[in-house]
Amino acid sequence: MDAPLHAKRMIVNMGPSHPAMHGVTRAVVALEGETIAEMKLDIGFLHRGFEKSCENATWTQCFPYTDRLNYISAIMNNTGFALGVEKLCRLDVPDRAKYLRVIGSEIHRICDHLTLVSAMGLELGAMTVFLYGIEARDLLWDRLTELCGARLTSNYCRVGGVARDVPEGWIEKTTASLDRVNELAGEIGGLLTRNRIFLDRTRGTGRVSRQDAIDLGFTGPCLRAAGEPYDIRKAAPYLVYDRLDFDIPVGEHGDNFDRYLVRMEEMRQSDRIVRQCFAQMEPGDIAVKDFHYVLPPKPQVYGTIEGLMAHFKLVMEGIQVPAGEAYSYTEAANGELGFYIVSDGGGRPYKLGLRAPGWPMLAALPYMVRGSLLADLIPTFDSINMIGGEVEQ
Amino acid sequence: MAETDTLPAIATRREEATGFFQKLVSKGLGWARKNSLYQYPFVTACCGIEYMSLASARYDIARFGAEVPRFSPRQADLLLVVGTINCKQAPILQRIYEQMADPKWVIAYGVCASSGGFYDNYATVQGIDRLIPVDVYVPGCPPRPEQVLDGLMLLQKKIQDQEHKLIDRASPKLASGR
Repeated sequence: MDAPLHAKRMIVNMGPSHPAMHGVTRAVVALEGETIAEMKLDIGFLHRGFEKSCENATWTQCFPYTDRLNYISAIMNNTGFALGVEKLCRLDVPDRAKYLRVIGSEIHRICDHLTLVSAMGLELGAMTVFLYGIEARDLLWDRLTELCGARLTSNYCRVGGVARDVPEGWIEKTTASLDRVNELAGEIGGLLTRNRIFLDRTRGTGRVSRQDAIDLGFTGPCLRAAGEPYDIRKAAPYLVYDRLDFDIPVGEHGDNFDRYLVRMEEMRQSDRIVRQCFAQMEPGDIAVKDFHYVLPPKPQVYGTIEGLMAHFKLVMEGIQVPAGEAYSYTEAANGELGFYIVSDGGGRPYKLGLRAPGWPMLAALPYMVRGSLLADLIPTFDSINMIGGEVEQ
Repeated sequence: MAETDTLPAIATRREEATGFFQKLVSKGLGWARKNSLYQYPFVTACCGIEYMSLASARYDIARFGAEVPRFSPRQADLLLVVGTINCKQAPILQRIYEQMADPKWVIAYGVCASSGGFYDNYATVQGIDRLIPVDVYVPGCPPRPEQVLDGLMLLQKKIQDQEHKLIDRASPKLASGR
């Protein structure tokens, strides 16, 4: 009668198409009761050959591919790639272009964090948060559409500058939009930050200590939530980040709730950065005036033989980037975004390597959830913000 | 489709009468089905981020009767393939399509699902119509929500014009309702 029940591990597949796995990852979870005994990750469901595709495109044509790495914050990828190529070319872009890149990047950082927070709320049952968050993101997307013509995949940067200057009245409109986004983010915070259900599900789950986070190669909000104040914008300032005044939010426990809080605060800091850029930005060129890198203005193309030649060479052969290799690292929404670029002196990349910010966090997921409940997998998966496009390249 | 609209040139009164009622039933079923599409969003990539906008307050796909995402293929009748399908993903998509009950429809959301887009390489399936039949293709990378709503309206028109039966005794080959 008192023979023990034969307990067997149960294997549960989460994904690759599962409502709570945004992005397409397959998690094979071995359960003991409701506790995760072991977990394996199966990736590659969104591998679309980014690195190889770029080898077949000119340097300028690579920008659309970089858009689709972390597709929620495309301008940051554009910027990272442009900075890498410019490092090889030893180019310094005009100040206004730097400011525009920062503005685009920071607006996209807000979009990225908004998406994460809304999706996290949605998956923990708070639908209202999702609606507020998406509304705020749509407002910002409206402004970005006016800036670069696309809602999501911006393709905004070029080697040597940016594609377009801001349209007339854009700064005032964006300031108004940011005010509204702040209000909506405040509402989201009000709904989540002291919400009993949200706290119970996120506090103390998915915990990573500071040392572990460093050892596992975390960067970005996940590392900062664990207590390590490392941000490339401060550690190795690029563009104009050294002229801007902003704080690095740091968490304490490294759990899901801290990762959420860090992102909420980073949105406020990004908002500060954008406003400072608006105040500091001065009129001027948005791209270098060197026709080896940037297309000449149309009157010159149609009116002069030099302009026509430069245009033809750039379009047909691409930018002739000096041979060599460079690594550019920037602070993207999820952490350090690295492009390792090798050029053989031609118009196309010889080899491109990507350090995807989300990958170390995703790789650490089995470690993070071992021994916790199956239900804790969902907020943990949300808060590391795995983006299929960049992780699977 | 056209079969219900054009009656044969010579018909007996009985055939005429049944044809009339069948047409009426078909129209009614079509109206009901087009306005209560339960969708299965097969979200893989960038388009999924736009899909969030489509599903929430501003663009509000609910206005077209298609607001309820069903994450079980057995409860859905519209498969939205949102994003890039690569070779590793292909068999899963095919299996999910096969698990859906008839009648079922498919929208290829975005250019990757429609044709592979600019991912013309070793990894990507060059359009999901190599795997499953597609009713509406929505181009764009990613398409604006308005474009998708337009595609959805096209699909609704298509469903309305199809022949629907109360009891479908068609052979399994023809049972897909298209």
